[in-house]
Amino acid sequence: MSEVAIRINTPEELESLRDKVISARDPDATVVSVCTGPGCLAYKSHLVAENIEAELEKHGLADKVRVSRTGCHGFCERGPSVVILPRQTCYLRVKPEDAEEIVKTTLVEGGVVERLLYEGSDGVKIELEQEIPFYKHQDKVVFGVNKYIDPMQMDDYLAGGGYRALAKALTKMTPKEVTEEVTKSGLRGRGGAGFPTGRKWDATSRVEADQRYVIVNADEGDPGAYMDRGILEGNPHSVIEGLMIAGYAVGSTEGYIYVRQEYPLAIDHVLYAIDVLRGMGLLGENILGSGFDFDIKVHKGAGAFVSGESSALMSAIEGRVGEPRPKYIRTSVSGLRGKPSSLNNVETMANVPLIIDRGADWYAAMGTEGSKGTKIFSLVGKVLNTGLVEVPMGTTLKQIVFDIGGGMRGGKKFKGVQTGGPSGGVIPEAQLDLPVDFDQLASAGSMMGSGGMIIMDEDTCMVDVARYFLDFLADESCGKCVPCREGIRQLVVVLKRITAGEGREGDIALVEDIAEMMKDSALCGLGQSAPNPVLSTLKYFRDEYIAHIEEERCPAGVCKPLIAYWIDPDKCIGCQKCAKECPVDAISGEKKEPHTIDMEKCTKCDTCFRVCPTKVQAVTKITRAEAEKLGAPRQVEEAGA
Amino acid sequence: MLETMGKVEEIIALNDNDKERLIQILLELQKEFRWLSREVLERVGKKLDVPINHIYSLVTFYSHFSLVPKGRHVMSVCVGTACHVRGAERLLDSVASAVKCKPGCTTSDEKFSLDTVNCLGACALGPVMVADGEYMSNPTPDEISRKVESCE
Repeated sequence: MSEVAIRINTPEELESLRDKVISARDPDATVVSVCTGPGCLAYKSHLVAENIEAELEKHGLADKVRVSRTGCHGFCERGPSVVILPRQTCYLRVKPEDAEEIVKTTLVEGGVVERLLYEGSDGVKIELEQEIPFYKHQDKVVFGVNKYIDPMQMDDYLAGGGYRALAKALTKMTPKEVTEEVTKSGLRGRGGAGFPTGRKWDATSRVEADQRYVIVNADEGDPGAYMDRGILEGNPHSVIEGLMIAGYAVGSTEGYIYVRQEYPLAIDHVLYAIDVLRGMGLLGENILGSGFDFDIKVHKGAGAFVSGESSALMSAIEGRVGEPRPKYIRTSVSGLRGKPSSLNNVETMANVPLIIDRGADWYAAMGTEGSKGTKIFSLVGKVLNTGLVEVPMGTTLKQIVFDIGGGMRGGKKFKGVQTGGPSGGVIPEAQLDLPVDFDQLASAGSMMGSGGMIIMDEDTCMVDVARYFLDFLADESCGKCVPCREGIRQLVVVLKRITAGEGREGDIALVEDIAEMMKDSALCGLGQSAPNPVLSTLKYFRDEYIAHIEEERCPAGVCKPLIAYWIDPDKCIGCQKCAKECPVDAISGEKKEPHTIDMEKCTKCDTCFRVCPTKVQAVTKITRAEAEKLGAPRQVEEAGA
Repeated sequence: MLETMGKVEEIIALNDNDKERLIQILLELQKEFRWLSREVLERVGKKLDVPINHIYSLVTFYSHFSLVPKGRHVMSVCVGTACHVRGAERLLDSVASAVKCKPGCTTSDEKFSLDTVNCLGACALGPVMVADGEYMSNPTPDEISRKVESCE
């Protein structure tokens, strides 16, 4: 490890260190950037990196070619991804055993391993990363540097201009000027509510106090969203630099990073970065000779969705149960330990150094009237290209889902996109031209949230999705206030009834009544926004609710009590695949003869449906009424919360 | 038991006997012992001068803490939104029948624990599970039983 251990006392020393780092590097040297983000790691990309190093050694290239283990590149769907810099040759779905061929063909002979290149649905192969449609339509201002940075190498961050913004803020700007610059940039909080960051800092700095706190919220709790993980794991210094600038702006000497313990790698990388910074004197007393003292503590969250709420998060840092409190006084005025505290999300903080370094005008030129800059989304669900994507605010949903995401998997029909996590809503196909920013999403009945975008196709049941979110929130509600605790529970009871085919007349009105009550009277954002998923699905997909209640039918074929599996004897070729895979031996039939499913034994695990060859498609989902005609018993799912 | 308490004291000392670091201490103890026994929690309370009811309010509030011993092999099925729309519920059913225990429970021989997690942050792999440390993307019931059988 070539970590710098010298102390940096002035901005000039920082610059000369940067020059040294840069001049020691040949800009034309080959670097193999191996993604070791969460998705790629799951497919053993660490072994890919190891094997490439071993192969380089074998060919005597170990001194000339560097292997860099970086954070998430974004294209998780086709991971592990390996990018060979500076040319940007991009290999996808790389297996550890591919290392030999990559080194021999590309690094020794200068050729390309065709079979590992991106291949579009038209069969055309693409070599360079920036030309792959998934990347081509993005604008990676914050996230793009990930592939150049090994999070355990301070040099990589420095070489890209790291801590230049901090030096500028500390030595050339007053705290007030820093805050004003951020206000002018139009940066709004990326955690969900979209509150203007500069105004938050301003409020905190105006309160008379002997200490103020700045806190990074890395308790990324929205299921289906992992942008913050991608940033913090891949580029921890960008978040730390933002936090330090925030500390200077509000007049704080102590910062916190609150990370959920489910992200152990992010915690390791942050702790390591803090250690290095302390060693260099970039954290501690009199940073860069400016007289600014600052240090950072890391707090691990123990798993509670509601702890991402500002007052709850601060209680947790104090070692208490992470429950929200009524906010008659904002946390920016009285937060952690009763002191004025500014809480900002990971992505927000990562934007700050860029704004200070390049200026508010540069930043404000990106995005829309009310939402500036770019936003990173976690594009997941039934879309073809899942992964982390960054686009300027104002990009339409259609561009994100179809140009970048490549449309639906398996040629299915797009139904809706869920944004904003459990507090958000579902946006239907009719609104695909919606430009995505804070205000547009809110006007469509959803919200930006932290940036999860879960794509749903014709096989997704919207009633089931609403039930899913409320089930999640029932677990996560802290139980302190009655509207949230009891409201969610009752909504779950009604929705479970509907998805079980036991829905009653008047259930929809009942759901709407409860939802209104919760919006008006819950204590914190969790309870107030909890009915959003059910309200937005009711708004756009009311017919699905009615089908469940009045016709005992799940149009998407998801709700188990309302469907049955049946083999079409005219289509079945008797390949025995389904019979072999069925875990409860409910399928019988002779080879090359049509098979049948014993509906009494069937657990509706969907295995037969999935293994039936796509050309055959003999296994069919049928409705409850059709199944009963065939003599199937009526299945009633255990009701109740 | 003596050894256990020695470890408890060591972890508390490493956290500077700081009451404010109570959650951090409990996280480290959970990692060390895979569960939090009454004896351990009482010792923490005594050392830090924190009432035991306060400690119980914490360990029952946060999902990561367990008040019963966990199985030697933990099966974590992701039930995040991205996995849910890709069939996490069916995966959960399959795993539950393979390890013969309900989500959130541990088998009586303490061999398996079946947990659900809200998001593993590997949404592109969905539905995804971590079986004894190994990520499995959309495994078939057959693959699950093979994995379960391979556990000692």
